[in-house]
Amino acid sequence: MIYFVIRRLLFAVVLLFVVSFFTYVLFTALPTNPAALTCGKNCTPEVIARNEVRLGYDQPIHVQYGRFLKGIFAGRTYGPEGASVHCPAPALGYSFEYHECVTDLITRTFPVTLSVAIGAFVLWMGIGVGLGTLAALRRGRWQDRFATTFSVVGISLPTFFFALLAILVIVIWGGLLDFPQYTGFTENPIKWFSGLLLPWATLAILSASTYVRLTRNGILEVMNEEFVRLGLAKGVKRRTLIIKYVMRAAMVPIVTIAGLDFAALLGGAVITESVFNLPGMGKLSIRAVTDSDLPVLVATTLVAAVLIVVANAVVDILYGFLDPRVREKV
Amino acid sequence: MSTPLISIRDLHVSFHTQDGVVKAVDGVSFDVMPGETLGIVGESGSGKSVTANAIMRLNFGTQVDVSGEIIMNGKNLLEVDDDELRTLRGRQMAMVFQDPLTALNPFYTVGNQIAEAYLIHHPKATKSEVREIVLNAMVKVGIPEPTKRMDSYPHEFSGGMRQRIVIAIALVNNPQLLIADEPTTALDVTVQAQILELIGTLQEEYGSAVMLITHDLGVIAETADRVMVMYAGHAVELANVDELFETPTHPYTVGLLGSVHSLDDSSRGALQTISGTPPSLINLPTGCAFHPRCRFELGENSLCRTEAPQLHAVGKSRSACHLPESQLLQIGAKGGV
Ligand SMILES: Nc1ncnc2c1ncn2[C@@H]1O[C@H](COP(=O)(O)OP(=O)(O)O)[C@@H](O)[C@H]1O
Ligand SMILES: [Mg+2]
Repeated sequence: MIYFVIRRLLFAVVLLFVVSFFTYVLFTALPTNPAALTCGKNCTPEVIARNEVRLGYDQPIHVQYGRFLKGIFAGRTYGPEGASVHCPAPALGYSFEYHECVTDLITRTFPVTLSVAIGAFVLWMGIGVGLGTLAALRRGRWQDRFATTFSVVGISLPTFFFALLAILVIVIWGGLLDFPQYTGFTENPIKWFSGLLLPWATLAILSASTYVRLTRNGILEVMNEEFVRLGLAKGVKRRTLIIKYVMRAAMVPIVTIAGLDFAALLGGAVITESVFNLPGMGKLSIRAVTDSDLPVLVATTLVAAVLIVVANAVVDILYGFLDPRVREKV
Repeated sequence: MSTPLISIRDLHVSFHTQDGVVKAVDGVSFDVMPGETLGIVGESGSGKSVTANAIMRLNFGTQVDVSGEIIMNGKNLLEVDDDELRTLRGRQMAMVFQDPLTALNPFYTVGNQIAEAYLIHHPKATKSEVREIVLNAMVKVGIPEPTKRMDSYPHEFSGGMRQRIVIAIALVNNPQLLIADEPTTALDVTVQAQILELIGTLQEEYGSAVMLITHDLGVIAETADRVMVMYAGHAVELANVDELFETPTHPYTVGLLGSVHSLDDSSRGALQTISGTPPSLINLPTGCAFHPRCRFELGENSLCRTEAPQLHAVGKSRSACHLPESQLLQIGAKGGV
């Protein structure tokens, strides 16, 4: 098992380098000139050309990538002479749009995205697994039909539609909540909670719909397994049977998928953050696209990719712990 | 005659499916005596597993009707409540399934699973007692190095070893009745004999009765005291094992034996195998379910086509066939030729 963990982590590190390289190359190859952003109104072709050299955008791509990597580990100084800025390690770039180190932008927006993701995750797993389990245990009865309806409706509604509907009904007509707004958790936990409730619900409905189905079908499948029948034949209590036999087996794949979904959400919930105007990473990257803010775009994409790679490794290792058959094989 | 350990009376099990009502078991009655081995034999789909599951009340979803009586210790198992049923399952009666590869919980060690079977019915047992019991059970079923192996997971064992563990689980509470549903079908031929021998040895030691389900007459010949032959959800013959092989009293049994004999005597083979296919359980033939395949069927408007035959004494056995006793005994004695 220990070898498996080490090997899996080494693989993740290699993968990170590959992913970061391709992310960097992909965006740098875009037909925008990052140097054009450095001078704003004072831009003349000569200034742009000069800044291009100063920022290193005239260099071959592998040199650029090398500097980028070095910046991550050692920090880096950006900008034209006289007006240069230093970003300490880990430096992911400098945004001339925000006039800030990209790392600072990310550390500022990530807590927002993290808050959105954690709440949504808890809610969707609670609803999805709870309702899915109920549906499976009450198969064919009204609970099952309710869960199926919920899941069909949830999947077919686009996120923005539900978000707008929620704002309209709950905020504007109902006046039950203020317009969603982000407050730091450490600042005021209650405001943090109430301000994020609608974004959480919006994200959770969609994912919960998928998880209702996954859970229900997973449980029904396991219930037909011979080992569950042997459990019954042993005289195991129904509750024990459901927890120790059925749920234990049905949850393994669900935990795996949930880990990956959570990581994807951490990369930024673009639509939800935009609709609810939350200053998270999703919104940051969407703005970077419209502004052609290359350093920010590279950094946010990279962070999202890193999260996925890490989540993959974690999930694989977790899988090994959850399923003895996987543990032994690798 | 001693009192039966368990009496099944007029058992009916039907499943409601999209295609219609499947009459998987259609009025079966038999007894299992304490300590005996009752073999149940029949083609695949004849209702053997459904009968076994009905006795344990397993796999009863909402889409199934069960009627009749299953009397054990003076109680109808079909009527006892869930709590009482649980005290019977695994304690008074236990089950060994066909496929040992899927019968064990892959997430727990085999030691844990044997211990669980004991603890359910002995909740006050101490840790060291349970450990002792588990090790003992593993030794009894012939698992080498049990102290080491008890912490292994099912997938670390071969099929034969897994079946031994399933047997250990079944026998850890010393049940009065062991139901073994094709316990060797999924195993290698060499392992099959070992497992049957193991069941036999343990049965002698514990004095349990065994209901051994199989479609293999060879297994029946080696292990059973009495045999029930099933066809399309019906019991067509009930006989002592020697009688069954010497003088079968039902045309279907004769045919079954023929298909076994045909394996070692090719000259007789072609004549003996049963022609036709088993009937649809949704739309059973009228009268005797076997009549469309029966070579001795009495013809148009005869009882064979109008009335379901009941088990009755024929020679030393019991047979559910409308043919006159003398003819049945003759058919059996001649091996059907
Ligand atoms: N849950 C079920 N739903 C519908 N039909 C079933 C079910 N279980 C068994 N059957 C049918 O009942 C018949 C008898 O099955 P079974 O007892 O498993 O046969 P076997 O004698 O091979 O063990 C088969 O035709 C099978 O298709
Ligand atoms: Mg069967």
